[in-house]
Amino acid sequence: MTPAEIRDEILDILEDISPDEDLDSLDDEKAFRDQLELDSMDFLDIVMELRKRHRVQIPEEDYGNLASMHSTVTYLEPKMKDIVKS
Amino acid sequence: MIAPNRAAKLPDDQRIVITGLGLTSPNGNDWGTFRNALLEKQSGVQPYEIRYFGKTLAGICDFEQTRYQSRKDLRRGTRAGSVGVYCANEAIKRSGLDWDNVDKSRVGIYVGVTEHGNVETENEIHVIKGFDYDTSCWSHHHNPRTVANNPAGEVALNLGVTGPHYTIGAACAAGNAGIIQGAQMLRLQECDLAIAGGTSESVHTFGIFASFNSQNALATHENPTLASRPFDIGRNGIVVAEGGCLYTLERLSDAKLRGAEIIGELVGYAINTDATDFVLPNPERQAQCIHMALDRAGLTPDEIDIVSTHATGTTSGDSQECIALRDVFGNSQNTRINNTKSYIGHAMGAAGSLELAGNLPSFRDKVVHPTINVDEVDPDCDLRGLVVNEPQESKRVDYILNNSFGMLGINSVVIISRFQ
Repeated sequence: MTPAEIRDEILDILEDISPDEDLDSLDDEKAFRDQLELDSMDFLDIVMELRKRHRVQIPEEDYGNLASMHSTVTYLEPKMKDIVKS
Repeated sequence: MIAPNRAAKLPDDQRIVITGLGLTSPNGNDWGTFRNALLEKQSGVQPYEIRYFGKTLAGICDFEQTRYQSRKDLRRGTRAGSVGVYCANEAIKRSGLDWDNVDKSRVGIYVGVTEHGNVETENEIHVIKGFDYDTSCWSHHHNPRTVANNPAGEVALNLGVTGPHYTIGAACAAGNAGIIQGAQMLRLQECDLAIAGGTSESVHTFGIFASFNSQNALATHENPTLASRPFDIGRNGIVVAEGGCLYTLERLSDAKLRGAEIIGELVGYAINTDATDFVLPNPERQAQCIHMALDRAGLTPDEIDIVSTHATGTTSGDSQECIALRDVFGNSQNTRINNTKSYIGHAMGAAGSLELAGNLPSFRDKVVHPTINVDEVDPDCDLRGLVVNEPQESKRVDYILNNSFGMLGINSVVIISRFQ
């Protein structure tokens, strides 16, 4: 997956776990929590969805990398670069 | 002039009245629609299919889930929670309470449930099956969804209630048990407003269908609307339904103070136990439970105008209840007997509170809705006063007695009085 495809995938997950939010104006550099109503259970949903969809494992000590869209894509890029977008 | 009852002699702060109710039923999502459906003999049973079990019949509710919940809350929570949130909000609206200024720490939520957690557990097992049973794919939402207080806790979260909340697990006697719990807590001054009744999400677990089927107790019929037929000679089992009905209960003193419209007064109740079998009911204990409620209310059987039966459409269960009813009401000249499951199926934890709600309008319109789908009354169920297939007008409806019984031999009875 390219960084753009990873971003689309994260957006798709966010649409699923936070269906009332408007994601069109999401600022990739700002923390998710500053823009969206996300709590710790929602972040666990992101982790779970990546595990279910792509078998990507994110250890607890790395959760901090999921703070913003930019940091999430940067973190996931090496883990997902060999995954072919279906 | 209403026959005197014992509760009327209590001080107002020990008298418990119904001031609001909200419901969702397979044939109506508000009290008026539900009542009209019962008078118009409209069934809510429809074809249904659920994974593993396949095609069957069920009573399904189509209330507007997003009226009181965000889509995110719906995703995170349970169907039982959603049913409860809808019913509680509708009840508060109907009660006329100035909700914004109600002290939320003095509100108690008491929700009767037959079971809880089966739906959510089956869902997770289905999910991890797709991952070769890798439990790391088991949702972190599973525990908050399946804790036994979930259906009441979601109501508390939605309404910002900080008083006590819990469920009352009482099998299919739970709807009545929730009402009784609410009344007791009000009398003990544990809360000033009780949101009480029962809910069910049971149609979303294949296990309940499979288990009733294995017990030869699941109804079948080529016409879904004719499948639920308590007291009919051709009945062949239960139609599983979902639904909910929650009441706002208050002490009479508080209701009077705010000028609330009073729908009815709880004048008697009882819960007892068969202690004889896991599933087969015991008519002797059921009759004892009814007698206990009558004694507490200070009423004779003949002073009960409507008996809302529990009968589910099983061969033995209906006959057993009829033995109990014949024992108590066999000599009653004025008592009419009906059944609401014939329209909606068995709404499990919601059954008792929903079926009561279907009858409460009779205080005003003095019409008794019938039990439908009776082509030929089973001689074992041929009770004096049984209202069959057509509504009946009554000169007097002052007292309604509501039966609700469940597995493991739990029996519950409530008696509601017209308020004057």
